[in-house]
Amino acid sequence: MSDLKQTALHARHVALGAKMVPFAGYDMPVQYPLGVMKEHLHTREKAGLFDVSHMGQCFIIADDGTFETAAKALEKLVPASISDLEPGQQRYSQFLNEDGGILDDLMISRLGFEGHTHKLYLVVNAGCKDQDFAHMQKHLPKDVKLDVADDTLSLIALQGPAAADVLGALNGAVQDLVFMTHTDLPLTPTMWVHVSRSGYTGEDGYEISVKHDDVGELVDLLLKDDRVEMIGLGARDSLRLEAGLCLYGHDIDTNVSPIEAGLFWSVQKHRRSADAGYLGAARVAADIADKSTKRLVGILPEGRAPAREHTEIQDMDGNVIGEITSGGFGPTQGGPVAMGYVARKFAKAGSDIQLIVRGKPRAAKVVKLPFTAHNYFRG
Amino acid sequence: MSVYFTEDHEWVSVDGDVGTVGISDYAAKQLGDVVYVELAEVGRTVAKGDDTSVVESVKAASDVYTPVSGEVVGANEALEDAPETVNESAEDAGWFFKIKLSDPSELEGLMDATKYKTYCDGL
Repeated sequence: MSDLKQTALHARHVALGAKMVPFAGYDMPVQYPLGVMKEHLHTREKAGLFDVSHMGQCFIIADDGTFETAAKALEKLVPASISDLEPGQQRYSQFLNEDGGILDDLMISRLGFEGHTHKLYLVVNAGCKDQDFAHMQKHLPKDVKLDVADDTLSLIALQGPAAADVLGALNGAVQDLVFMTHTDLPLTPTMWVHVSRSGYTGEDGYEISVKHDDVGELVDLLLKDDRVEMIGLGARDSLRLEAGLCLYGHDIDTNVSPIEAGLFWSVQKHRRSADAGYLGAARVAADIADKSTKRLVGILPEGRAPAREHTEIQDMDGNVIGEITSGGFGPTQGGPVAMGYVARKFAKAGSDIQLIVRGKPRAAKVVKLPFTAHNYFRG
Repeated sequence: MSVYFTEDHEWVSVDGDVGTVGISDYAAKQLGDVVYVELAEVGRTVAKGDDTSVVESVKAASDVYTPVSGEVVGANEALEDAPETVNESAEDAGWFFKIKLSDPSELEGLMDATKYKTYCDGL
């Protein structure tokens, strides 16, 4: 246990009675006394507060002080279009290897604060961050610098229908943000934060990047609101699964391309050709053209038995056609939900499939994602 | 009627040569919200320690091992539609299966309620 890293909120998690587990090298709260089920439902009904400080935060800044140079450099590493990001705008993308396999998925923002709009701010997965930072160091040109902020910045997420009201009580300006935009503002006279209207639960809400020294005070402030509960990694996982959002290391990894993973929407139109100029572009273009590859789909098991990760998927004749990559019980759905890869010809919603759970075939259907409708604020 | 416990947190309550098996309150609490129970197969002959039923929480699936050998003679079908009964009443209404003991001497190796409590306190 002593080798595990701790976030700045670690003592608070323990004091609140959280069950702590090792996750991506950190000692993290998997659940609080409320339990996974109630934490999940609370987030969908009111507001859940998550410590996601284990995730990697960094900045990409060009020596010439221009946004264009930084954007062009990052565009060599991700399928997303970066050069056309407006100040205060944010995009989801992936780091790919040369073969187009996914190294990690990440959020990329162009800062909106005056005097800082040339800077790119990235949030990457905790379990991948060391290799992500090394990947960027290796591939970014010498005149573009990577600045890792893990030593100074914590990250928390406030998610749920009451999030805008709760955070708006500290600074009403946060209510003007729409989904996938962000800004820098003070939440108290002495506490400046970077707030983005985004998250990974399918709900409206915010991710707040705040100094390690201030994060405890901010969490205490937010928890004073009766509508806010701390939420652990257990409910974070069931929330994102119902929302049909990929989890790195499970639904996506180096074996799959963004197209196979259903992330076509995250590759802007002019970035879909083999000569788009980023690592893995040839694979992305090939997978767009080739309809024979596998595809990540939503899977709704019939009955009540959850189908967990690695469950074999068969067609109705008993041929293996794929595998579950995330599966469990969806508290809002009130039953089992799953995602997994199937051969492309079974990817159509409504396809009948069977899942081999503990040796026995169980009926299931391919369904459209998400299971629980997204509740994003788009203005 | 005596109740015995295992180190894997199952209990067996014995009446004549039939035992009723479930998981302990402690285990139910550790599992969290139970969302599914795969019932034991009635008529199956199992040996002490065999996985005989499955209990699933939001987080994970766990095997329920039989504390004694014998033939499964009943399963708690009420758990199919109301798996949360395991959280509400683990050591009573939330029982998993009934088993006809083939070797009652196996009970001697199990813990009584007092010993089991001490065992849990040490975990």
